[in-house]
Amino acid sequence: MAGVAMNLRDSDSDAAFRAELRGWLAEALPGFPPDRPGEDDWQGRREYDTAWQRTLFEAGYAGIAWSEEVGGRGATPTEQLIFLEEAEKAGAPYVGVNFVGLLHAGPTLYAEASVEQKAAHLPRILRGDEVWCQGFSEPSAGSDLASLRTRAIRDGDEYVINGSKIWTSHAQVADYCEMLVRTDPDASKHRGISWLIVPMATAGIDVRPLKTIVGGSEFSEVFLDNVRVPVANRVGDENDGWRVAMVTFSFERGTAFVGEMLQSMQLVRDLAQVAKKVTRGSATAWDDAGLRREIGHLSAGLDALWALTKRNVSQASRNGVPGVGGSVFKLHYSETRHRLGELTMRVLDRASLSMLDVSGLRSGKHVEGHLHAISISIAAGTSQIQRNIVAERVLGLPKDR
Amino acid sequence: MDFELSGDQVDLQEGMRKLCEGRFPMETVRELEASDGVDRALWSELVDAGVFTLRAPEADGGVGLGSAESVLVFEELGRACVPGPLVASEIAASNEVVGIVERARGPVVIEYWNVLDRLLVLESNGIAEVDPASVVAARSEHPVDPLTPIWIAERLPTGVQVGDGELASRVRLNGALLTAAIQLGLSEAVLDVAVAYAKERQQFDRPIGSFQAVKHMLADMLVRTEVARAAVYAAGVTIDDPSVGDVDRAVSAAKITAGDAAVKNGKAAIQVHGGMGFTWEVDAHLYLKRAWALDTAFGSPDFHSELLATRL
Repeated sequence: MAGVAMNLRDSDSDAAFRAELRGWLAEALPGFPPDRPGEDDWQGRREYDTAWQRTLFEAGYAGIAWSEEVGGRGATPTEQLIFLEEAEKAGAPYVGVNFVGLLHAGPTLYAEASVEQKAAHLPRILRGDEVWCQGFSEPSAGSDLASLRTRAIRDGDEYVINGSKIWTSHAQVADYCEMLVRTDPDASKHRGISWLIVPMATAGIDVRPLKTIVGGSEFSEVFLDNVRVPVANRVGDENDGWRVAMVTFSFERGTAFVGEMLQSMQLVRDLAQVAKKVTRGSATAWDDAGLRREIGHLSAGLDALWALTKRNVSQASRNGVPGVGGSVFKLHYSETRHRLGELTMRVLDRASLSMLDVSGLRSGKHVEGHLHAISISIAAGTSQIQRNIVAERVLGLPKDR
Repeated sequence: MDFELSGDQVDLQEGMRKLCEGRFPMETVRELEASDGVDRALWSELVDAGVFTLRAPEADGGVGLGSAESVLVFEELGRACVPGPLVASEIAASNEVVGIVERARGPVVIEYWNVLDRLLVLESNGIAEVDPASVVAARSEHPVDPLTPIWIAERLPTGVQVGDGELASRVRLNGALLTAAIQLGLSEAVLDVAVAYAKERQQFDRPIGSFQAVKHMLADMLVRTEVARAAVYAAGVTIDDPSVGDVDRAVSAAKITAGDAAVKNGKAAIQVHGGMGFTWEVDAHLYLKRAWALDTAFGSPDFHSELLATRL
């Protein structure tokens, strides 16, 4: 029974992959500049993030679970997870501006696009040659995304697009946008949407950065004025874009946060070290048993999320696309990050007022992390929308309409 | 890595669920209050099913399965809200009814004292066995959980040394694991009870489960349950195969998340039932009260949080 029973052990091939990857990271990382360019140096961030992606590609570590045909490694989702785990342990750079290409748009293309579309984009995404952004939300279509109004009218073999998108991450430096547009205004709202590949260099696209509460411009507004895109850039059938978007969501919610969650585990370990340095009277913040236990309690939640990730990956290995497990993961991850932020403030006390390190205390990234945490329960479907999904699709409760 | 149940494990889980549904429907569970939580005939059915000897080697008359499997069995006992000193009896790998307590400087709470055949006392550096009849204990006439009757002993006899400190640590670890598995089962069962009621109960001419204020509570119950399930299963697998992680850390994370799920789901289920939820007649309080009884067994949330903090 040992061979088939539920287990968390590396198979022989997984263990070999892990060892080889560890060896490679130990050699590759020292040669790579440790500091990523600052918040608003978008061109610098793009260069840094894509250089790392290219390094991964050349070493055979890009697109681990994608087929060799499109430039991937042709390995398993489990090896993908091992990659995330080892990369985080080694302190490798995060996906950064490659986020949408590698984690939402790319996987959607991989699952839904034509052979030509895959060949045109997937190898370039994996090499770090193409950066993507996401054009789903609109100023008046947020949680009610299917009410989106950006219009695409067919003109010969082109679509002419007019409208605007919002919360578009990395739009300033993106080459392509995965965009939802309305192709049939007369159909019911979920039935008249199409999923398009929009080149960001097309005439008529205007990108205006939005300043977030963190202080940088992670997101932009994108205005579209008679933007002409070939019909050949549509993924899936015309008016079948909502179904394609659901595939995107399953990746966006299901697997895209795993790397960030692993970083959060490191953040908790690091917060414990900071707490041991913060003085409280004659002792330290870590000597406060109540605070210390709350941090320990929080780490239980992250350990459980890591276990949940392994369950979700084991399920996805059988089914291909992550299921509603992603909503469960994201709800708990959001809540855990909010709690981590609150504990950060309690540990840092007055040092929590500065986004930069205070008197040699490595506190700045924790303060910034707390601000970032506030976006996690909003991005990729608010926690309220995720709860509706869980309640209606898993628990079978009646729709509230 | 394959963190999905195998076919054999699914069969084991389903078999245990059927046994519990047949022998321990909630009416029966409620009637067990009259026999202080343990009915010898029903107990021997659990014995015959191998519940208490699941992990004992086959050479010793056990079933020879692992902790991952014992977790599945105890999850089902929790789902059915089966009372009795289940965890202690499994750890003793005994067909008798066994209790385990921690020796303390102050008074000690002993669950199910009058039905115990044996009583083990965990100490800082070993385990003592005490004859339950030799303990002077006063019954609490009003235990919070009607199915977890308790006695208070001002002091425990010295007893006979039966294990060393290392064995005591293993008992605590396994006790926390199986307790967490029961808590997982409780949190699932009480979620099912609440969801069924939310679909059926009408107010404002609609099922209350259609209101977001209600359905979001139920969604949070599911999230807590699934997070706990991942942690509890991972802890069972890690005990069986310590090469995959830190056993103590995995068990503490399981005990914390499953305890949290059981207690918070219990309260949420009462809230979903409204005024009816506050009545003795609705089952929700029985799940919550069991969750409370287990929350401080084999390490409180504070104890396990402290352990995890030392690992950071």
